[in-house]
Amino acid sequence: MSYHSFLLEPISCHAWNKDRTQIALCPNNHEVHIYKKDGSNWNKIHVLKEHNGQVTGIDWAPESNRIVTCGTDRNAYVWTLKGDAWKPTLVILRINRAARCVKWSPKENKFAVGSGSRLISVCYFEQDNDWWVCKHIKKPIRSTILCLDWHPNNVLLAAGSCDFKCRIFSAYIKEVEEKPAPTAWGSKMPFGEVMFESTGTAGWVHGVCFSDSGNRVAWASHDSTVAVAEGGKTAVCASLTSETLPLLCVTFITENSLVAAGHDCYPVLFVYDSNKAALSFGGKLDIPKQSAQKGMSARERFQNLDKKATTDSKEAVLESVHKNSISQLSILNGGKAQCAKFCTTGMDGGMTIWDVKTLESAMKDLKIV
Amino acid sequence: MSKNTVSDRFRKVDVDEYDENKFVDEEDGGENQLGPDEAEVDSLIRSGNLMGALQAVLKNPPINTKNQNVKERAEGLVLKVLSSFKTSDIEKAVQSLDKTGVDLLMKYIYRGFEKPSDNSSAILLQWHEKALSAGGVGSIVRVLTARKTV
Repeated sequence: MSYHSFLLEPISCHAWNKDRTQIALCPNNHEVHIYKKDGSNWNKIHVLKEHNGQVTGIDWAPESNRIVTCGTDRNAYVWTLKGDAWKPTLVILRINRAARCVKWSPKENKFAVGSGSRLISVCYFEQDNDWWVCKHIKKPIRSTILCLDWHPNNVLLAAGSCDFKCRIFSAYIKEVEEKPAPTAWGSKMPFGEVMFESTGTAGWVHGVCFSDSGNRVAWASHDSTVAVAEGGKTAVCASLTSETLPLLCVTFITENSLVAAGHDCYPVLFVYDSNKAALSFGGKLDIPKQSAQKGMSARERFQNLDKKATTDSKEAVLESVHKNSISQLSILNGGKAQCAKFCTTGMDGGMTIWDVKTLESAMKDLKIV
Repeated sequence: MSKNTVSDRFRKVDVDEYDENKFVDEEDGGENQLGPDEAEVDSLIRSGNLMGALQAVLKNPPINTKNQNVKERAEGLVLKVLSSFKTSDIEKAVQSLDKTGVDLLMKYIYRGFEKPSDNSSAILLQWHEKALSAGGVGSIVRVLTARKTV
């Protein structure tokens, strides 16, 4: 895996372009910086300045090459590349609180913005008025929407919220698309319909992700649990309580395996067994450097006992690659079906690219099914 | 200016009560939860079956009820069981619990920390150390994030 330290401040959010040569990220301020890979260096080629508040979400549409950003200034901008510069178009979201996350739909004809106004704005482009319009999904959301993910059918949207629930909504916009075919989550999908609502989660839902087929949805919540629900006549839920600090982001790397990362600063693997409807811990995905184990002198032992009331020789230094919480995970190659590489960015201002094959060979017990 | 700022009673008004969008937890019908069976637990302690007493006292946690008396009685009972263990037996007792049991034990331990008495904190700290190695920081996070407390 390769680690690159971009900044000293946290990276609020990031997004990759289609061929993964450019990354757009927010350095914890009102701007978006675009870096281009040049050999082993990263050069800043663009600075997008338009927001009046911290940029909380960035998404880069691979086919149409448009970037959508949203921020705490309650606005979203759609950026298009005109020649050598990115030009913004304002999108009125009609929200009165900060926007928290934004995602392009798979066909890139609409995008959804989750906000602190307890609603999701689904925006689409109206050709007649040459303007982005938005529709709101309000019921039954009772708190901030923290994360979103689209189903591959371009209609269903999974949303994780601070009211401790993960829900799947229909974001069907009749102006831009045909009626969708029935899915595992239901067949009637009018706009705003709740196709699934989770129960039993006791913490804010920080990260949500559909699997590649769209039949499964996984979410990570603040009570240190990860859960997977499989759609069907009755949705089957499996959850796993973990012994670590809460996870902030989760993604499927194959139909049965999930990678999640969070406040513990290293990614972990989870495996879902659909026959038993059970989720299990697959392993820690960080390969710590072999630190030289020097023996402790008797003096050090007594000092430790005096200072920390323990003779433990473990130092208070994180052995993981990231030195602070990982806030976002993104898939680089292979899609959610056979992910080959994924990337993590965190509050230490660094970005790490993880290679799945290398991890598999390095960890002997790791099995990515 | 001077007349209005004499009284600061307005600072004690709970404005959240008047917010029409205030988040209200779902009601979960916990009126029938009575907490662990006192008689059963007492008899198990007296007969020396401490592991059994631990299992018994962790049954029927008064999580959904709003009745504070039930919760306090349950906490007192748990404390009695935890204090009757020998220090060397604590680790084995914690190992015998499953994941939900460890989480529940952590909830009781932290509840016990809230109202310290005599030697209770020392005993609870010993239990806390063992429960932490079994449940990890995740179990503590779940104590902090749980909407329904013991």
